[in-house]
Amino acid sequence: MEMNAKQHKYGMVIDLDKCTGCGACMVACMAENNVPFKKDETNKRDSITWMRVFKVSNGKSYPDADICYLPRPCMHCEGHDGHSPCVSVCPATATDYSQETGIVSQIYTRCFGCRYCMAACPYHARYFNWWDPVWPDGMEKTLSPNVSPRMRGVVEKCSFCFHRYQLARDKAIYEGREELAEDEYQPACVQACPAGAIVFGDLNNPDHQVTRIVEPDPHHHFTGHSKKAFRLLEQLGTNPKVYYISERQWVRKALDQYNFGSQAAAQGA
Amino acid sequence: MDSALFPKGVKRCPTWQFALWIGAAGIVLLWGVYAMLLCWLKGLNQTNMNDYYGFALWIWADLAVIALGGGAFFTGFLRYLVGKDELKNIINFAVIIGFICYSSALLILAIDVGQPLRSWFIFWHANVHSMLTEVAFCLSCYFAVLTIEFLPLILENRQIDKVPFFHNLSHNMHEIMAVFAATGAFLSFFHQGSLGGVAGVLFGRPFAFREGLFIWPWTFFLFTWSAAAFGPCFTIFLLKITEKITKKKLVRDSTVWLLAKISGWMILTYIIAKTADTIYWLSVTAPATGYTAGFFYDNWFYNIGWLIAEIVVGGFIPALILISKKGRQNPTTLFVAVLLGVLGVSINRWVMVLQVMAIPVMPFDTWALYYPSWQEVATTVLPVAYGIILVSLSYRYLPVFPNEVELNAPPEPAPAPEVEPDVPAEAAPAQA
Repeated sequence: MEMNAKQHKYGMVIDLDKCTGCGACMVACMAENNVPFKKDETNKRDSITWMRVFKVSNGKSYPDADICYLPRPCMHCEGHDGHSPCVSVCPATATDYSQETGIVSQIYTRCFGCRYCMAACPYHARYFNWWDPVWPDGMEKTLSPNVSPRMRGVVEKCSFCFHRYQLARDKAIYEGREELAEDEYQPACVQACPAGAIVFGDLNNPDHQVTRIVEPDPHHHFTGHSKKAFRLLEQLGTNPKVYYISERQWVRKALDQYNFGSQAAAQGA
Repeated sequence: MDSALFPKGVKRCPTWQFALWIGAAGIVLLWGVYAMLLCWLKGLNQTNMNDYYGFALWIWADLAVIALGGGAFFTGFLRYLVGKDELKNIINFAVIIGFICYSSALLILAIDVGQPLRSWFIFWHANVHSMLTEVAFCLSCYFAVLTIEFLPLILENRQIDKVPFFHNLSHNMHEIMAVFAATGAFLSFFHQGSLGGVAGVLFGRPFAFREGLFIWPWTFFLFTWSAAAFGPCFTIFLLKITEKITKKKLVRDSTVWLLAKISGWMILTYIIAKTADTIYWLSVTAPATGYTAGFFYDNWFYNIGWLIAEIVVGGFIPALILISKKGRQNPTTLFVAVLLGVLGVSINRWVMVLQVMAIPVMPFDTWALYYPSWQEVATTVLPVAYGIILVSLSYRYLPVFPNEVELNAPPEPAPAPEVEPDVPAEAAPAQA
């Protein structure tokens, strides 16, 4: 694949050995993106969490017990030439794959809530607004003016804090620059992680840390050359832009069933 | 009281009895309307759907009624394009069932979307890559075709027909009905297929994903095929229920047997193709992405029984009954076969929607099961009540069954035995 200098491919690397499961990324994401919440959030299947941290266990008892926390944002799948699972199915073009940034956007005002994209996403990264957002008294004043709140009946998801990209681009253009520096555009979750487990950057830029860590192969759908890097459900052809790294073999085995045998084997890991 | 509106020469129940019947169905309808209003006014939080079940009971109901309503397009195709003239005796009924099914599907979709007032975006901002876009276009167009096909029958009401303009309009519409039947068959081929494509293109969902031909996954062809195969089963199934309730014979046996025979062969060929597709998917497609066949059915609810029920009980068994002369000519086995066929295609649509959502795809995820809320059930029952009312009104006031009068005339000399319709019509003995 020919790389265009102006074509970015923003992606993320999450070090599962560093993640402590503190949830700071989830909180930062919700605050940054005006993510609505309910009084009772115990049902995780109807609560909105753009960045969700899953807990995976090796299933063994003490002293061999081990736990891995897995933060899961939207994977911003590229699929084959931008035909990511959700983008290609949306009947109203309310979600789009940007060839300029590699970011899968969601146009809230165009979404009419058919939820086909949710059915298509194997990562459950898309959330439906089952309720209208209700903010506690006074909290409206703390909402970010850069992100439009969503109404009942539409789908929303992680945007890699796209508004931050827009702000950084505006600044760069004002200053007469074409390109952004690596640290100019970083999502809220990356900056909030106290363990520094999340790294973000342009996978097309060999100088960016994400590229150096995973060494993506542009000739093989950006599969990471690094032995400890993998992507969730890579075998499905979703071509996600979120990579995970871990030194622990059971973690890689449990999360990457394709390279380690069947789904059933992975679940029993 | 309303006898002046009845078709000529037929007998109908007293008005009070009809009013009670409609009233009972009306209560169920109102229950559904109440639930529908709750969903529209309060939102989809009235349902038990969630982020794992974005598609649930309603999408299944949509897919099922569209498949079952396939009897309209396929019977029209056989009657007008293939030239099976015998089917003119059941085509009106098939069109009414199709009209009910498709209007129900559109209503359910209007409740199902989160922002119903934005539904027109699907046409305005159409994404040509989406199977759902094609479904929306073809479904809307075909519903218009069904309305056009239904209209002449309404105009044939005894009182409306007295108006020369309506009489001539109805006559002229009948003359060109083959054009609409062809249009309906063309549109149905695409939207039935695209509904199969809706699941088949989900490459992130290994239970649904299928390879295929060019841009169409195999489910595209299987859905069209199955709608053509099982749609007539539903028409016959409802005909038999209508005959039971009205205590009358409404369609000649020879017509029913012809439709049943064609349906049987269609089911048999479909179910062989479906079996081949299942074997290839479980042995090649799914394992290539790291999923084993056993994994998809490794749940107390979604077990291998669903696959057996769909393919054997709801596929091979009705097919074999219907292709056998003895099977389709015996009223009991005919009814059992069409009932199993209706269940079989409904199970297929169920698993292609609900089981797809239930199966964990991420390795650390778990099976997600769901049961619908009463609002979902009520809004799904709503079309059934609406269908009962529309069929009842049509039966009472419109000449739906052209042979009704002769089939229910007082017995004279003993009727000659009926023959299979492959005997030329001229050679067939006259009905009593």
